[in-house]
Amino acid sequence: MKLAIKNARIVDPASGRDGTGDLYIAEGKISEPFGQPERTIDAKGLVAAPGFIDIAARLREPGFEYKATLESEMQAAIAGGVTSLACPPDTDPPLDEPGLVDMLRRRAKALEHARVYPIGALTVKLEGERLTEMAQLAETGCVAFSQANVPLADTQVLWRALQYAATFGLPVWLRAEDAWIGKGGVAHDGEVATRLGLPGVPAFAETIALATVLELVRATRARVHLCRLSTAGAVEMMRAAKREGLPVTCDVGIHHLHLCDRDLGYFDANCRLEPPLRSQRDRDALSRGLEDGTVDCLCSDHTPVDDDGKHRPFAEAEPGATGLELLLPLTLKWGEERKLPLAKTLARITSDAARVLGVTSGRLAIGAPADVALFDPAASFRILPETLKSQGKNTPFLGYELAGRVRYTLVAGNVVYEA
Amino acid sequence: MQLQRNPQLNANGELQHLLSIEGLPREVLTQILDTAESFVGVTEREVKKVPLLRGKSVFNLFFEPSTRTRTTFEIAAKRLSADVINLNIAVSSQTKGESLLDTVANLSAMQADIFVVRHDSSGAPFLIARHVKPHEHVVNAGDGRHAHPTQGLLDLYTIRHYKKDFSRLTVAIVGDVLHSRVARSLIHGLTTLSAPEVRVIGPQTLLPAGVEALGVKVFRDMREGLRDCDVVVMLRLQNERMTGALLPSAQEYFKHYGLTLEKLALARQDAIVMHPGPMNRGVEIDSSVADGPHSVILPQVTFGIAVRMAVMSIVAGN
Repeated sequence: MKLAIKNARIVDPASGRDGTGDLYIAEGKISEPFGQPERTIDAKGLVAAPGFIDIAARLREPGFEYKATLESEMQAAIAGGVTSLACPPDTDPPLDEPGLVDMLRRRAKALEHARVYPIGALTVKLEGERLTEMAQLAETGCVAFSQANVPLADTQVLWRALQYAATFGLPVWLRAEDAWIGKGGVAHDGEVATRLGLPGVPAFAETIALATVLELVRATRARVHLCRLSTAGAVEMMRAAKREGLPVTCDVGIHHLHLCDRDLGYFDANCRLEPPLRSQRDRDALSRGLEDGTVDCLCSDHTPVDDDGKHRPFAEAEPGATGLELLLPLTLKWGEERKLPLAKTLARITSDAARVLGVTSGRLAIGAPADVALFDPAASFRILPETLKSQGKNTPFLGYELAGRVRYTLVAGNVVYEA
Repeated sequence: MQLQRNPQLNANGELQHLLSIEGLPREVLTQILDTAESFVGVTEREVKKVPLLRGKSVFNLFFEPSTRTRTTFEIAAKRLSADVINLNIAVSSQTKGESLLDTVANLSAMQADIFVVRHDSSGAPFLIARHVKPHEHVVNAGDGRHAHPTQGLLDLYTIRHYKKDFSRLTVAIVGDVLHSRVARSLIHGLTTLSAPEVRVIGPQTLLPAGVEALGVKVFRDMREGLRDCDVVVMLRLQNERMTGALLPSAQEYFKHYGLTLEKLALARQDAIVMHPGPMNRGVEIDSSVADGPHSVILPQVTFGIAVRMAVMSIVAGN
């Protein structure tokens, strides 16, 4: 379909463009201007940005369909303007063999919504013992390999996994968490956990593991992406590692960017997250790191959990928060707090995320895939269970009024969502 | 994210549930202690009953085994003329996979007035309090490491009984503060009632991160920590913590952190010694101290019943 988007404020972080204009789309790609479009969208008052790229969104299939399904979560994605997403391998069974990955990709493709990029399991069943067939999994469509939230305790296996991945030039995505120090912990080891009597995960559970990973990157030159940084110390270490020229990138999740351990309040199970929400000081360091580029991109770490999983005492509640539909509003909120130009703010969920993921979308250049989000940056909405498309209603932001409403989402030139 | 209203207090600032001492205004604490004082008389009478909770049902919901606390709650409820139903959930529904909230909803359908809840997970009574009906009340009988407010209150009662006021007291809490809900509740109570110096004494492995933020002074050396104390509160050391990564042995622990007459001599002459029970003689406390003239461990138990009567009668009246 030939489509024209008129009078939009076009914001393309990759080129730095920010100005009113028209956008033309043909054959699924951003095109040169043409006459007689089949459809014209008047986007006056809306921002036209590259569709958002969420590098961590759990779709819960296979295995956890009672928490969410591909259908429900893909609806949530496009309602949030997310046109590409990477899904971690912690499904049941985990994404550790080509057949599973193939099935997931087919199912996702049939829905014709957002593009789904599976992250393969780094070890069989995520058990941290045997490597998966990474090369084959990559052929099936895995863009990277990860342990999701399961720490890899055996450093020899980690070392070998990085060597093996480096052999094939495959990226490895790791969350830095020592397998023992924080064992049994459910909250940041600090004043709040002490007050609430919750077992703690010290900040050094992250920095110790990160130091190990960085040493192994030095040794193997594997390309490693560090997921969900949560501490000020880790941001500082990443800053030094990048200065040194190590092939590393990192991200932070929307919740850790805005919340801290004090937000646990009276045991709010929606704040039960992995890694745990840390101190205000950590949160501020993450925010600064994301601004100065030490932290490459921002993701939702979308984890739908059903009420049965959350209506439990804090420590027994399942970790995670729903996030696909909050990615844009919380990114905008961050940019506003730090007084950043819109193009720079959006870069963290478009062009920068594309670079981490290794995809060609995330920009509005002529010839790029026509994945576009049209949103009203001023329109606010209240986060309520009934307004969320995701099957997971679990978010610490319930009841919040957040600005940034998506009006249209286009994937490969097709309007897949309008509101 | 929002600053939530204290879930224990109703719209008028009165005690709706007792979940934690933290955040309770001084007036509420004093009200409970004063009410308890009036009930001490009742427990000494020949007919040990008052009709305050006649016709009310108190459900003792114990998700974690306990004999002592459950019994004292039962006695307290009976002395208030309530009907008491004991449920030892640790061995019933939970093992059948019923969720905590389902259990509570079922009991609520049986017309409960007060739920006395013990649970091994911190915060469980808060979850229950959020889901009970407006006329139902939740009393926390110990949740994980978080709080044991009635124990904290009976400790406060005991201290007030022997020391009259809190404004000049130095109180030392000794031992496994990390895992202790008793310590947390007492610390909040003492700071709310303006005790000028609260000390915690223990090896670093048994002190939680940032404990100073609760308003206490930390001592690693017990002798130093006991110096000139008016009140010494010994904490129970659980068996499973005596050997392993936290402590090498019970013997070594006793040598450094066990309360003996010789160490107690460093405290003030009229110091009182408390213990929430059950005691490990020879581990955290020497028998000569436990049974000695400074010990007020048994009066604590007696006061505990009056304090629990006070708590239940107050929440039921609000």
